[in-house]
Amino acid sequence: MTAAAKIVPAFDAQKARGDFPILSRQVYGKPLVYLDSGASAQKPHKVLQAMTQFAETDYANVHRGVHYLSAAATDAYEAARRTVQKFLGAAREDEIVFTKGGTEAINLVSYGFLAPRIQPGDEIVLSVMEHHSNIVPWHFLRERQGAVLKWVDVRDDGSLDIEALGAAIGPRTKLVAITHMSNVLGTVTPLKDIVARAHAKAVPVLADGCQGAVHEIIDVQALDIDFYALTGHKIYGPTGIGALYAKRAHLKTMRPFNGGGEMIREVTQDIVTYADPPSRFEAGTPPIIEAVGMAAAIDYLMAFDRAAVKAHEHDLLTYARERLRDFNWLRVIGDAPGKGAIISFEAEGMHAHDLATILDREGVAVRAGHHCAQPLMERFGVASTSRASFALYNNRADVDALVAALAKAREILG
Amino acid sequence: MDQSLRELYQEVILDHSRHPRHFGALENATHKAEGYNPLCGDRVTVMVMLDGEGRVADIKFQGKGCAISQASASLMTEMLAGRTRAEAEKLMEGFLHLAKGEEAPGLSPDDREYLDVMSGISEFPMRVKCATLAWHTFKNAVEEGKNAMDEGVT
Repeated sequence: MTAAAKIVPAFDAQKARGDFPILSRQVYGKPLVYLDSGASAQKPHKVLQAMTQFAETDYANVHRGVHYLSAAATDAYEAARRTVQKFLGAAREDEIVFTKGGTEAINLVSYGFLAPRIQPGDEIVLSVMEHHSNIVPWHFLRERQGAVLKWVDVRDDGSLDIEALGAAIGPRTKLVAITHMSNVLGTVTPLKDIVARAHAKAVPVLADGCQGAVHEIIDVQALDIDFYALTGHKIYGPTGIGALYAKRAHLKTMRPFNGGGEMIREVTQDIVTYADPPSRFEAGTPPIIEAVGMAAAIDYLMAFDRAAVKAHEHDLLTYARERLRDFNWLRVIGDAPGKGAIISFEAEGMHAHDLATILDREGVAVRAGHHCAQPLMERFGVASTSRASFALYNNRADVDALVAALAKAREILG
Repeated sequence: MDQSLRELYQEVILDHSRHPRHFGALENATHKAEGYNPLCGDRVTVMVMLDGEGRVADIKFQGKGCAISQASASLMTEMLAGRTRAEAEKLMEGFLHLAKGEEAPGLSPDDREYLDVMSGISEFPMRVKCATLAWHTFKNAVEEGKNAMDEGVT
């Protein structure tokens, strides 16, 4: 970079929308209104093109052969790792482990880092708004090793009770596992504060960044966080790829998760020694094309002024909140200050699945159900909710379509 | 408005879902099972009293769920009351065919007509399981009081 200031283009949502081929299609003869990016985001043409181009020109297995394409593929794969490193603000590229997704990243921490450190009665602190992927790996340790799960509540507005979290961290706490952003409530957690409170008691922190990474700007070094789990398909990248950021010091102490090729130093009939991180945790042929795709997605996202993207998404959230206020039969769940672009609601007399079915026929895709967050559903006394989640490609017309479809649902079911 | 939506959520269905028949606990139930749909978290408990001849002397259900699952459970209890187990199984088989948009030759014309209100579900493959939950649960109840949850019935 020269002395000239980097020129960051202002965010043009309408133009960005054009980057996503699928958004121009129709469903049931109606324009697609995609409000389910929280489940999986659509992919820009650039990402699909990067994957195709790589597969057509540079593809081979990585870290294995000596031939030309093997080197080219390895270069692309390792360049993807550096892209993730930059995206998360990690100090070193070998602190990035590729996984098949966010779930595997968290399971890797559970198996590789925490399990060997757990004695019966040791505690794991987590919030009630966690996704099942940040609950079940800890339940494994409860079932298998007698770990105790310490649940931290959220307030009625969906914000994290940070005092309760601080109080929950005790002498037997071995990990704080917390979402960066709730996939139901949209609540963004104060990671810096959480890390400070945990580290004061020498407890490491894992953040589930599956929802947060696409909306929030992350700097794992500034946060001083120990682990950060990332998934590709929610940041406009492909499925089948994710990453775990872990501090180098932790990675060095972690036992391998999967065994196989690529993760070893030497294998004999009697013993096996392991490769250094991150290879130690990447057994088998990795999702190479997907890694290239995830890097392309990050490049796509990073080319925008991310604060401007966030402001755009926040505008949609505010607008949706305003418009939904007209429906007195609708209860929004989650109104934490600074929340991200997710709006969950319960409609009086209408089950979420009936509602979603009607919305679907209007071309409006929302998520309905328990959102893999059953403890949270229980906390708010609901069986399920409907959720609209916004991405950079959404616009106010999408919100209007949602509102119109909700009115129709009310007409049919109300 | 989408015609298939109108058909799915027709007045009879909405009425059954809002005012389910045979809703509540059945004291003296001889058979009971719980059905669970992990996709949406819907639960239904079906309680049956079979008489000495294996006839459904009484049937009730409880639970919470979408309009389709509630209406289907309500309709089911209306239809099954007084039937023998063999008749009930035949009905269920016919209903499962209808829900998938198939012909149901085993159904009597009266039963076919009665169940017709539910046939719109076949246009919504993602929702067929909502409609069949109570029926599967009934089947599990009368088959040795098995728990539908253990069967992964969804």
